[in-house]
Amino acid sequence: MIAPESVVALAPKVRLREDRITGKTVLLAPERGLELNASAVAVLRALDGTRSVREVAASLAATHNAPADRIEAEAIALLSALADRALVRVAP
Amino acid sequence: MTAPRPYTLVAELTYRCPLRCGYCSNPLDWTKRHDSLATDDWTRVLTEAEALGVMQVTLTGGEPLLRDDLETIVAHGRRLELYQTLITSGLPLTRDRLAALRDAGLDAVQLSVQDADESRSDAIAGTRSFAHKREVAGWVRALGLPLTLNVVLHRANLDHVPEIVALAEDWGAERLELANTQYLGWALANRESLLPDRAQIERARATAAEARARLKGRMEVLFVLPDYFTGKPKACMDGWAQRFIVVGPDGTALPCHAAHTLPLAWWNVREHDLGTIWRDNPGFNAYRGEHWMPEPCRSCDRRTIDFGGCRCQAFALTGDAARTDPACVLAPDHALVSDAKPGEPHTQYRRGAPPPAPPARGRKAPGPRITASG
Repeated sequence: MIAPESVVALAPKVRLREDRITGKTVLLAPERGLELNASAVAVLRALDGTRSVREVAASLAATHNAPADRIEAEAIALLSALADRALVRVAP
Repeated sequence: MTAPRPYTLVAELTYRCPLRCGYCSNPLDWTKRHDSLATDDWTRVLTEAEALGVMQVTLTGGEPLLRDDLETIVAHGRRLELYQTLITSGLPLTRDRLAALRDAGLDAVQLSVQDADESRSDAIAGTRSFAHKREVAGWVRALGLPLTLNVVLHRANLDHVPEIVALAEDWGAERLELANTQYLGWALANRESLLPDRAQIERARATAAEARARLKGRMEVLFVLPDYFTGKPKACMDGWAQRFIVVGPDGTALPCHAAHTLPLAWWNVREHDLGTIWRDNPGFNAYRGEHWMPEPCRSCDRRTIDFGGCRCQAFALTGDAARTDPACVLAPDHALVSDAKPGEPHTQYRRGAPPPAPPARGRKAPGPRITASG
């Protein structure tokens, strides 16, 4: 369960790289590749293992000139889906 | 024909293996297929695969650790940003070598186990291996690599799926692949002795579903109902020559590891670059898309879901790779699958072409190890 206060990081097994055919960023894990949209890339690249989801959303809101509450809701939805697949880790 | 872009390279680095499992997916004539590719050939194959769009590499075999240049190959793959998974029996592995592979850029390890219990697992593998596998699993976790356990399921171990799930939890796997036997190659030769009954499949499915729900977010549990029991063909390789390229130890490039059985000309990476093979090798284009489909596939709504099933299974059972996969209830040849029944464990070599005699060192010969009564 991801909450605004959760501190989330990509699982160590996950790598992000550019898809040389599409130019988009993909998330790679064992037997899996997920194409990410621009906002998902921004969230995942901002995860640093120390800031909460709310803090990450606030900093993205400032740099992307978008409402923090909407970014936070989208980030929680994304990170919850990834957590179900054990692709991100939530700090205890 | 326009070729799609591949995502995954399956690098079968050698067919040599210390295990002798009776369902092995390697060619029946594996002893005639030598490790012909040099280190430079493999690194070039990785480079050419990445240029086509490949992002995932499975390093497999046989037992890929039997190549002592694996570290060099993995280091090259890392420079190309390829996500590399080692698929191994674990048997020749040491902790130092695993650490060296990790440092070279290995991303993940998939370890095979044959059953949840030492004596039964060793009996299926045809060699003492379980205790070392347990040690390997510990090293994988200690070195920070993600661990997948892969268990090929058949009559002798399907009733042990609860214990297999517990083993995967105990060993710290992040992913458990419960892979029902596909009846091709060695497994087709041993089909009578490997085939489970429907009740076994149903119990295993229920156990896997329970485990998947219980372990969500901790361990991924995969269980796909086998095509022999669903009446629906599998979406083999996500479609012929759509997403996967297989390169064997002798340099043969294929759309699927069993495609060497088909009477098509297969090009070798020592003579052609991988891009040319992927686009132009007639074998890759033979069943790409829908142009080849007969009825009932051609007008079937599911043709975009299962792509007509498995070409190698169609060929193995009917002698014609362009037939509808006999696993399909709609296939004219469905009786070839629906009439297949579990037989006596000791009759496995009686029907059809017997497997070749055991090679000199006895590797991979289908001995009488699939004899448990289940």
